[in-house]
Amino acid sequence: MRTYILKRLFLIVPTLLGVAAVVFVIMRVIPGDVALLILGGDQAGHIDKAQLAAMHKQLGLDQPLINQFGAWLWGVARFDFGTSLWTGRPVIEELLGRLPLSLELAILATIVSVVLAIPMGMLAAARQDTWIDYVIRVVSIGGLAIPSFWVGILIILLLVIYFGWGPPLEFTSPFSNPWANFQQMVWPVVTVGYRYAAVTTRMTRSTVLEVMRDDYIRTAWAKGLRERTVLIRHALKNAMLPVITLVGTEFAFLIGGLVVTETVFTLNGVGRFVVDAVAHRDYPVVQALVFLIALGFVVVNLLIDLTYAWLDPRIRYR
Amino acid sequence: MSVQYPLERTAVAPLVPQLTWGDEVWSFIRKKPLGATGALIIAVMIFVALFAQVLAPYDPYAPDYASPFARPSASHWFGTDEFGRDVMSRVMFGARIALFVGFVASFVGCTVGALLGVISAYSGGKVDLFLERVMDILLAFPLLILALAIASILGPAVRFVVVAISVPIIPRAARVVRAAALAVKENQYVEAAGSLGASRRRVILQHILPNVAAPYIIMLTAQLGSAILTEAALSYLGLGTAEPTPSWGLMLSGSAASYAEKAPWIALFPGIAISLAVFGFNLFGDSLRDVLDPKLRKKA
Repeated sequence: MRTYILKRLFLIVPTLLGVAAVVFVIMRVIPGDVALLILGGDQAGHIDKAQLAAMHKQLGLDQPLINQFGAWLWGVARFDFGTSLWTGRPVIEELLGRLPLSLELAILATIVSVVLAIPMGMLAAARQDTWIDYVIRVVSIGGLAIPSFWVGILIILLLVIYFGWGPPLEFTSPFSNPWANFQQMVWPVVTVGYRYAAVTTRMTRSTVLEVMRDDYIRTAWAKGLRERTVLIRHALKNAMLPVITLVGTEFAFLIGGLVVTETVFTLNGVGRFVVDAVAHRDYPVVQALVFLIALGFVVVNLLIDLTYAWLDPRIRYR
Repeated sequence: MSVQYPLERTAVAPLVPQLTWGDEVWSFIRKKPLGATGALIIAVMIFVALFAQVLAPYDPYAPDYASPFARPSASHWFGTDEFGRDVMSRVMFGARIALFVGFVASFVGCTVGALLGVISAYSGGKVDLFLERVMDILLAFPLLILALAIASILGPAVRFVVVAISVPIIPRAARVVRAAALAVKENQYVEAAGSLGASRRRVILQHILPNVAAPYIIMLTAQLGSAILTEAALSYLGLGTAEPTPSWGLMLSGSAASYAEKAPWIALFPGIAISLAVFGFNLFGDSLRDVLDPKLRKKA
């Protein structure tokens, strides 16, 4: 097990370096000069050449690319992502202010999805090709098909028309006022959770179906066990691995998925931060956020693989 | 090598009754009613997109300042938007953008990914290790964020949106096809072709590629729906197609949300169109997977 963990940790390094390089290159090919943007306006003619050169020097843009990359990596290693061009505050500070909201949304949506999806997926599998199965399948395919921003728009529309409710502008922490926080988070959680639950339901259904054809399940039936025991004690336990992987990967991807939901509900979270930064051409912020989201994904993936190896000893020997 | 083997010829006589194309379609409809429903939805969408010019009752770009925010009625089935443009005509023309972006982006992404996957699997060794790492790196970026970053570099134009959506598909397709190609590679006919002196190119194109067609097609249909969704999300966020192009995502952005209270139909119909299109592709793709995946077919 220890060799496996070390091997996996070692493999992370080239991936992260690659991610950093890709992010860096993407930000460099974007047309437009950051220094020009800071000094105001895209029209090069209006700006003093000396001033521009000074700004280049200040931003380190006069250095060779490889040095710039090195400097950025060194910053990343010390959790220093530079300052936002838009607000002038350190990126990490801006991020930490927005992280709790996105994290709460992601965690609540995960809980909702797991609680709904696993029983639904099992039910659909146990009653394959009956009307129950068809209803669950159609509802879950719907969850994949209906764009989350549209669900958000419709929910807001209904709330505004029937209850005169509008999305609040300030985020209330669950620790200071749980009720206000609940009112604020419930609809975004429903919006995100529906899609998430749909994906998980489909995965649960197909893995349970696959497992139900195994020999030990026939043995369990032959022993005369009740359906509930066969399903939960025998089938579910063995069907859980791919489902756990999916829940983990989806969680890691959720920050990306929150981009639209947070925009619809005007929640000031990490996803919204990405969109705003892209719109303002706030390069240090986009660079930092894309890298951190990718980093989060890599780390969650590593944790999933380690859980897998821990649960299923066969994987370690591959 | 033109020697005739009469014995073998008789042995190859069809044991399974040959199904005509029509029979196959009919049996698909009977066995997979959900899949057939999906196919029907897609067919209708494609029809509307192709003949939007003829079917649409109004010009999707033409403003009519006399009747903005008109309720759905006999003259405007889906109502009009803030400029008095006919929402139904815009939804119909929107099908063109959605289907075009969806088909092209998933075709490009899946094809490039499939080729890389096959090359990776067949070459093995350092090439495989290198390509796998590159795919790992691309996979680490969430789909939408990667598309967002690429779209912000290239700017809002349909062809750039296609690029932004197809790039994140590449590693996903490569991974699936590589796994399938690894299994195909172990077959004796691949070894035989190699020992008969077939070039690498010939082995890959003639022997491996045709045998990974099933996962490729499954991937293609699966990605179609999500490509349409990504296009809608990008346009919604203002990084996809630009006004006045009638794109479903764009129709939902900005104005639709702010006028929603007054004219909910502006936000309602484009959303239904997106959901229906993606729903159709997912239903069809699911059933196609059941039919094409030999592993599922045997067990069923």
